[in-house]
Amino acid sequence: MENILLKDKVASLEGYFAAGGYRALKKALAMKPADVTAEVKASGLRGRGGAGFPAGLKWSFIPKDAQGPRYLVCNADEGEPGTFKDRELLLRNPHALIEGMVIAGWAIGAQTGYIYIRGEFAAEARLLERELFAARAKGFVGRNVLGSGFDFELFVHRGAGAYICGEETALLESLEGFKGQPRLKPPFPAVKGLFGAPTVINNVETLAAVPAIIDKGGAWYASMGTPKSAGTKLFCVSGPVNKPGVYELPLGVPFRELLEKHCGGMKEGKKLKAVLPGGSSTPVLTAAEAMAVALDYEALAAAGSMLGSGAVIIIDESQCMVKLLQVLARFYHHESCGQCTPCREGCGWIEKLLNRLEAGKGSGRDIDTLYSAADAMLGRTICPLADAMAMPAMSFVKKFRGEFEAHAAGKCCGPDGGAR
Amino acid sequence: MPLRLTDDFKAKAARVCAAYPRKDAALIPLLQELQREKGYVAEEAMDALAAFLELPYARVKAVVTFYTMFNRAPVGKYHLQVCRNISCHMAGAPGLLARLREKLGISEGETTRDGLFTLSSVECLGACGSAPVLQVNEHYFEKMDERTLDALLDDMRHGRLRAADF
Repeated sequence: MENILLKDKVASLEGYFAAGGYRALKKALAMKPADVTAEVKASGLRGRGGAGFPAGLKWSFIPKDAQGPRYLVCNADEGEPGTFKDRELLLRNPHALIEGMVIAGWAIGAQTGYIYIRGEFAAEARLLERELFAARAKGFVGRNVLGSGFDFELFVHRGAGAYICGEETALLESLEGFKGQPRLKPPFPAVKGLFGAPTVINNVETLAAVPAIIDKGGAWYASMGTPKSAGTKLFCVSGPVNKPGVYELPLGVPFRELLEKHCGGMKEGKKLKAVLPGGSSTPVLTAAEAMAVALDYEALAAAGSMLGSGAVIIIDESQCMVKLLQVLARFYHHESCGQCTPCREGCGWIEKLLNRLEAGKGSGRDIDTLYSAADAMLGRTICPLADAMAMPAMSFVKKFRGEFEAHAAGKCCGPDGGAR
Repeated sequence: MPLRLTDDFKAKAARVCAAYPRKDAALIPLLQELQREKGYVAEEAMDALAAFLELPYARVKAVVTFYTMFNRAPVGKYHLQVCRNISCHMAGAPGLLARLREKLGISEGETTRDGLFTLSSVECLGACGSAPVLQVNEHYFEKMDERTLDALLDDMRHGRLRAADF
């Protein structure tokens, strides 16, 4: 299968154009906006940032009769631990994103787009600015795109360091110059989003898939992957494997194939213990569960986890699950925006309990308290950050309880392997 | 002493504001610009920017304290930021951090007396495939180990890194 997103020799505008780039934009501008959206709907493309919501459907939620400005926002605030696909995509194929955004802007009737990129990606932001400049000079972006009469301005906006801004409404708050605290929904951004106007927010990978879909058709895209998880996905694999990195593969690829064939198996004969299949916020799978699962939205849901952002974090037998959960709890506690009590307090409690267990000062009751604190956070907050803490916490305790109990009894299982 | 915004800054600010329908949306980009000039965002800078954008000081302060990339005090010439999240943790980040503490004689949040280094631990930098990752100012150094870390420190101490990289 040929890659759609991660290609060689398309990093520059010349290379991208020579490979057929911006052909889809010309085609889209000759179509009715509603037909462009219909094509994306037909492709089955789903949001690649984590939620997996159908992209075309999201576009169609912009009210038809909405007056005034509309906005398109690209979420390039890549921050889910384990995720590094958007960075790679931006570096290797920036014009797929730019072209995808102009097409999406035409489809939803937006004349302004923003690429919200995490602040730490300084080199990537500079690269985007440079490529945008080149695209503007060729008439692909800006006033009267390709002589069509359609105006579309695109701006790069850098974040300033906050995981929560990857949540779409927090991102909008941040883009407006506020603290990144998520908004209560409804109203949804499609009705009342950026600056109070109808807004579509899509992930980098989602938007970058749009040119190929318009060029070759929704049916072509839908022919890849599985019936409900269409197309290709960028899987970012980190942890002790021989070849960590970003792999573009059709959805539904067996985890075993990703690990053994593409990543060259476990490093130095290490033994697989567990996998976080979609980023640190998704429920953990045991080695046996992972080796039996296919990587798509449905199969991972059926296995009790999620595809998330496609960040496959590999954990080997030498790692201590209590320690790893402590690392995650410190992170979620640090990143909670603080507006919802269950999240602000819950993440802190969980971190404290884990600190106690890790220090060998915990008890068996702490394990139950940890589990019930996580359970009490689930679904009770404005945004999913609390769930993102609760899901790994509950699954770690459920599937690796023995390690937690060993800590409560004063023994640590690793990473050195022995008891303390 | 109150800070006077330069004409150069104001000209830049006008260009930044033009990207948004409301000028207060330029708050974060303009704070970043002020930090670029001075290395940190001082109280006086927050005051001056609040006045410039016609915003309450509290709004500016809230934003500066919410986002981790704003420094509220001067940092060293090289701001060493070690990722401590899961993939980097498994790849040896705690060892890197310990080595930096030992070699520099400072803990996270501190700056060496010569003003050369500030040490921080940060959350996921989004480069997990090449863990462990160290960010120095705006530049990523990936797949770090003790040897490459020592060599990098040496280069920085002896001014062998091009300023353009930072």
